[in-house]
Amino acid sequence: MHSISVRDLTLNFGSHAVLKTMNLDVAEGEFIVLLGPSGCGKSTLLNCIAGLLDISDGEIWIKGQNVTWAEPSERGIGMVFQSYALYPQMTVRGNLSFGLKNARMPKAEIESRVARAAKILQIEPLLDRKPGALSGGQRQRVAIGRALVRDVDVFLFDEPLSNLDAKLRAELRVEIKRLHSRLNNTMVYVTHDQIEALTLADRIAVMKGGVIQQLDAPQVIYNRPANLFVAGFIGSPAMNFLPGAVVDGGRSFRLGEHSIALEGYDGRAVDLPRAILGLRPEHIAIATDPRPGTSLPAVVELDEPMGADSLVWLKAAGQQMSVRVPVERRLEPGTPVYLHLDLPKASLFDAATEQRI
Amino acid sequence: MADLTKGPRGAKPRKILSRRNIMLYGILFVISVYYLLPLYVMVVTSLKGMPEIRLGNIFSPPVEITFQPWVKAWAQACTGLNCDGLSRGFWNSVQITVPSVILSIAVAAVNGYALSLWKFRGAETFFAILIVGAFIPYQVMIYPIVIILREIGIYGTLWGLVLVHTIFGMPILTLLFRNYFSSVPEELFKAARVDGAGFWGIFLRIMVPMSLPIFVVALILQVTGIWNDFLFGVIYTRPDTYPMTVQLNNIVNSVQGVKEYNVNMAATLLTGLVPLIIYFISGKLFVRGIAAGAVKG
Repeated sequence: MHSISVRDLTLNFGSHAVLKTMNLDVAEGEFIVLLGPSGCGKSTLLNCIAGLLDISDGEIWIKGQNVTWAEPSERGIGMVFQSYALYPQMTVRGNLSFGLKNARMPKAEIESRVARAAKILQIEPLLDRKPGALSGGQRQRVAIGRALVRDVDVFLFDEPLSNLDAKLRAELRVEIKRLHSRLNNTMVYVTHDQIEALTLADRIAVMKGGVIQQLDAPQVIYNRPANLFVAGFIGSPAMNFLPGAVVDGGRSFRLGEHSIALEGYDGRAVDLPRAILGLRPEHIAIATDPRPGTSLPAVVELDEPMGADSLVWLKAAGQQMSVRVPVERRLEPGTPVYLHLDLPKASLFDAATEQRI
Repeated sequence: MADLTKGPRGAKPRKILSRRNIMLYGILFVISVYYLLPLYVMVVTSLKGMPEIRLGNIFSPPVEITFQPWVKAWAQACTGLNCDGLSRGFWNSVQITVPSVILSIAVAAVNGYALSLWKFRGAETFFAILIVGAFIPYQVMIYPIVIILREIGIYGTLWGLVLVHTIFGMPILTLLFRNYFSSVPEELFKAARVDGAGFWGIFLRIMVPMSLPIFVVALILQVTGIWNDFLFGVIYTRPDTYPMTVQLNNIVNSVQGVKEYNVNMAATLLTGLVPLIIYFISGKLFVRGIAAGAVKG
């Protein structure tokens, strides 16, 4: 049984389709991250699952129940918002127990649930404070607690860490991951931050224009992007794209006057007049000597030391490229070098359809 | 070479009697005097006896302070056949203002809440029509309302006037509340829905407690507006239920006998006291509420 099942979900705002016949199955206990640029429909999808938005067509199932027309509170979900959305006039205790009181739960039960959530999130000393007297990290903990006390199987997170500074964000990210492994409930997490997506997710759904572009494990998304958009969106610094053509029955890639042998690339063997070769900066090595068939001459333009490693910008075959090297390796601008390409880890795209070959 | 140790150091000295300050405070002082002078004249006149007033020195302070005009204005001044002063009008006004204020604010708050957070099909149109109501001159509607009130049998009663005040307060108050609730973060509303609160639950337990400033604004607007209302009061009530303003007019404009300026001044001051007190108690909140409501349209 799927924990959440979205079937043919369509949402129109007027004549504009925000979500287009979307299908998504989330397994029990799975951590799914919806990732995409702003306006891609990821938050909208989450709001539809929560029941905060009425959908135009399709079905939503949670825990084997068709909840398409159910109220948010009847769906067995807890939700955490970007702006924390704590009730300002209530204490932390009041915030945590508000939903339980609405459900007319016995007082003793409410108290034990609040105490348990406060213990898990380590907010016990804050219970009698108002949200105004809390820091951002504490507020978001309380917001998570409000979902926790509901004792539901499905947690929905709507960019929960976006309002926090970098240090707190990293801390809470770990905490959310720990919470997931402890509670083992289903989590759907919306973010535009790929680090959050790659670190937290069991599977990532990369979205654009109301359509899921690729739904897979983070490693697969990173190493074998399904199309040009996913390849360009994931990874920082971004993947290098080299436009050219696939020739020799799919055995080599022509880039201007250079020819690169597609050794070890596991794609289909077809010729394509317009193709794009994608290589991540860490899948290229800088050497002084050429390597026949899989190297490109290049000229160093700039290097950016980034602490742990260093990013070198070069010009090769008329294209700007970036390569990740150890920080100790300093390269003077203007130095001619050879780029050794790790082709088994490359991605090849059809320039017309933008799909992976 | 100049002695570098003698350079300026520490806080920069400020001149209190600078040209800018003299201009600023001078103008403020003149304007204050200009606005306070009439009030001063009213207060001193109300504390003088008639012989002293006849001397004609309206700016001079009272030689012999007497509270007799105040007593007379409150308890003895005659309007028509009744000679029990403004007290009757005062209590009428209280009976009109309190239910009108409570009713109009309650209805408008719910209106604004529904229009901003529970957007239904046609909500914008509905709101636009309501706002148009604020721009139609009252005079156009006076006679039709007389007929409506007569038909439903409450013409001339206090409740008829309460109804009229509630209706006429609706456009501006709804606008006020709608804009205020629009500025409430939407996620708060969503969180409350996930927590299982319904239409009234969210309104009463989340929205109302965080809306004190806007309720104060509405309170001041309505108390002042309804207390000071003359037109509706004179049209929709009968002499024994006249509000204070109408009675004040009848006292001040009575053509019989000697004009008792001191009584008139005292009566006017008495009538203006209620809005003034409300403003002084809640003025700070008023400014905050107006600013908050203005953030988002």
